[in-house]
Amino acid sequence: MPMGETLLSVEGLRVHFPIRSAMLRRQIGAVRAVDGVDLTVARGETLALVGESGCGKTTTGKAILRLVDSTSGAIRLGGEDIARHDAKRLAPFRRRMQIIFQDPHASLNPRLSVGAILTAPYEIHDIGTPSDRPDRVAALLATVGLPGEAARRYPHEFSGGQRQRIGIARALALSPELIIGDEPVSALDVSIQAQIINLLAKLRAEFGLSFLFISHNLAVVAHIADRVAVMYLGRVVETGTREEIFFDPKHPYTQALLSAVPEPIPGGRRQRQMLTGDVPNPAKPPSGCGFHPRCPMAMDVCRKLAPETRSLSPTHSTACHLVTV
Amino acid sequence: MTNRVWQRFRTHKLALAGLVTVTILLLMAILAPILAPRDPTLIETQLRFLAPFANASLPLGTDELGRDTLSRLLHGGRVSLTVGLVAMITTVLTGALVGIAAGYLGGIADTLLMRFVDTMLCFPQVFLLLVVAAFVPPTLLSISLIIGLTSWMEVSRIVRAEILQLKEQDFIAAARALGASRRRIMFRELLPNAAAPILVAATLKVASAVLMESYISYLGYGVQPPLASWGNMLTNAQGYLDTVPWLAILPGIAITLTVMGFNFLGDGLRDALDPRLRMDP
Amino acid sequence: MIGFILRRILQAIPLVIGVSLIAFALMHLAPGGPLAVYTLNPTIQAQDIERIKIILGLDQPLHIQYFRWATGMLSGHWGFSFFGGRPVLDIILERFPATLILMGSALSVAIILGLGVGILGAVKRYSIFDTLATSGALVALSFPTFWFGLMAIYLFAINLRWLPSGGMYEFGEEGNIFSLLRHLVLPTMVLALVITATWSRYTRSAFLEVMNQDFMRTARAKGEPQSARLFRHAFPNAAKPLIALLGVELPFLFSGALVTETIFGWPGMGRLFVDSLNMKEYPILMGLMMFTALFVIVGNLIADIAIAAMDPRVRLA
Repeated sequence: MPMGETLLSVEGLRVHFPIRSAMLRRQIGAVRAVDGVDLTVARGETLALVGESGCGKTTTGKAILRLVDSTSGAIRLGGEDIARHDAKRLAPFRRRMQIIFQDPHASLNPRLSVGAILTAPYEIHDIGTPSDRPDRVAALLATVGLPGEAARRYPHEFSGGQRQRIGIARALALSPELIIGDEPVSALDVSIQAQIINLLAKLRAEFGLSFLFISHNLAVVAHIADRVAVMYLGRVVETGTREEIFFDPKHPYTQALLSAVPEPIPGGRRQRQMLTGDVPNPAKPPSGCGFHPRCPMAMDVCRKLAPETRSLSPTHSTACHLVTV
Repeated sequence: MTNRVWQRFRTHKLALAGLVTVTILLLMAILAPILAPRDPTLIETQLRFLAPFANASLPLGTDELGRDTLSRLLHGGRVSLTVGLVAMITTVLTGALVGIAAGYLGGIADTLLMRFVDTMLCFPQVFLLLVVAAFVPPTLLSISLIIGLTSWMEVSRIVRAEILQLKEQDFIAAARALGASRRRIMFRELLPNAAAPILVAATLKVASAVLMESYISYLGYGVQPPLASWGNMLTNAQGYLDTVPWLAILPGIAITLTVMGFNFLGDGLRDALDPRLRMDP
Repeated sequence: MIGFILRRILQAIPLVIGVSLIAFALMHLAPGGPLAVYTLNPTIQAQDIERIKIILGLDQPLHIQYFRWATGMLSGHWGFSFFGGRPVLDIILERFPATLILMGSALSVAIILGLGVGILGAVKRYSIFDTLATSGALVALSFPTFWFGLMAIYLFAINLRWLPSGGMYEFGEEGNIFSLLRHLVLPTMVLALVITATWSRYTRSAFLEVMNQDFMRTARAKGEPQSARLFRHAFPNAAKPLIALLGVELPFLFSGALVTETIFGWPGMGRLFVDSLNMKEYPILMGLMMFTALFVIVGNLIADIAIAAMDPRVRLA
């Protein structure tokens, strides 16, 4: 994979949602959805962000897109930190990164025609003229493999897979450099999933796109990811290349996740590891390492001290007390 | 999709009846000058108090000044319906605007707007209407506007509730991700989705506006004679109840039929457009 | 519970202030200002009006006027009427009992009838009774109240001569309870019509919603008879939105009372309102606006507290 310079760099991202008392709206606690996340995506690279539901991966994606305000941390797109930019300063960055949503039924405005949905990006950013926009829309539809006359129809007339294609077309309209896919195939039938993944791979090659692919399903991610970051309880517990994660996972959580997946990559590590216990409450996280209540190899220090992220190689890092360099 | 809506609507016999009634009424109102056999303001005291069907050219009788009741009913209907429709437009515009702004913008704007709505709702509508109507010269436009501006509160609550639900959906997040301005999101993305409850509310508000007009015209603060409206046709009728009751009966039937028609139509629309909306506003 | 009550009272205070602001604004928006009625009198000259202005404090800046008016209201000084110079609050309180009697009787009738029709309709859903009741309610909602009153007078007072056509008592029979009841029948019927219709509709919806819930099915599976299910399980749960409805419908009750009192010559606050309107008695009008608004606010407060007393979950709000 051609790896270019860093396009997206996230440093120390925290998204804490305040819990307020009923009476005076005082803050009495916080849900730490994202609690110190570092990740990078290079040009042309696909980074997969994986974890169970509730680990904060979707919130991370939304924070990067500024759909949710982060509590602290930096979000650098092409070098510039956009985490505190107001709407005006953020406007040009909107063109550089876009999102594909999980639910194809909710991500398209049911009252607008497909043509209107796809023309919207051009209208918002004043691209083209009213007379040439229909051609642009037709071109977008062709790119995702839909016929031009789809523009006249409404979202409910299409299948889930087709709607997702429309969502992808919308994401491409502004020619972004980065696309964040928030579980883009999780709501689709398995047979359609492959189609959409292939489409995404094709578009990535055609347009030189960078991808942040959020998913809970490691199998899906195996085909398309260059690098993988594993999240648990708001933190990244392991990052590495595809090979490093699938063949040599260091964090017990990554190992457990992998063991539940049937042979994503032939020859990958197979060691059935059962996860015990429930996912903890993000408002009251466990002390020390967030994973220790469920970790089969937890040590005393894990209860007391949160592990630092340590690099095992230029591309492989993990946060675990078991790993001492 | 409109087919599905129409199918559901068709099964509602009363709603269909409402639709037919409303259509007939609107036609009668539009064609009143053509349909009315006489000038409604023509005073012929020698013909006063004629009973209905007593005279072939005055099928519904005459009032205390010898004016033809049928013509007055037709022209009065025109006036009452016009007021009803203009009032409805005012109500819907104001209510939708306030509801969308409060619902989408949230925060202080929402709190302030909704507290304002709550405050306005503390006053009985007829009281509020009369007080303002007494201050303002009673032209058709001012009456319609006043009725409209004292009835928008429920519409704003309905719209706000719909918007609160809608704004969490992914397609709104997508619009924000594209960089859409708040105004664009409110009016191009959210508003079309709120169309159903707005349409239902609009239909029902015509009914209530026609009722309100009849109240204030009856009390003398609405449409002023000699211009006839169904309301002011009833103003003097009470004094003649023992002698010429039809002067009171006929305009009231007209008002009731009109309001019924719009109410049934609105109810049917609500059931057809979204079974979810079954609770009354 | 106490905390809830305190919180609700605190929430009601901005409402009271808002209501007073609107009433004050309305009074001063009147063309000719609050003293317009004097300009109609040819014997009063411009300098007299100026003097009256100063005496009444109307030359002061608006916010000072508001403050004085508002604090005056709090201590029971609601101003004086233009004609006769009597205290407004006294005039209003004189008329209040009559309106209370009318509203009270209409509300009682409406609630009992509305509950009955609504519950029956919910229990026998889609039966002939239910369809008739639902459409009947919608028809009843479409009648102009005052016209219904006129028709009622025509039928019962003029044609059948069963009941009097207006007023509260026969002349010279003030205080006679039978006279009162005879005069109360028609106005109550008229005022109750619309409220009954609304109530039956809401009751039906509320009961249907409760009856479809799982705990009702459990009760049925346990073999509880329908009447027990209705009254022990369904009713307490359906009662909450209905009590809330009561609070919400209060302004509507006043509106209807105004119209009804006018038709029947009933000497209550509604009639006072219309008379004051005709005579441009702004102090009384503003007093009535405030009175009704405050009544509504207090009524809603009581309704909310009643609901909270029934449902502990609400107290956390």
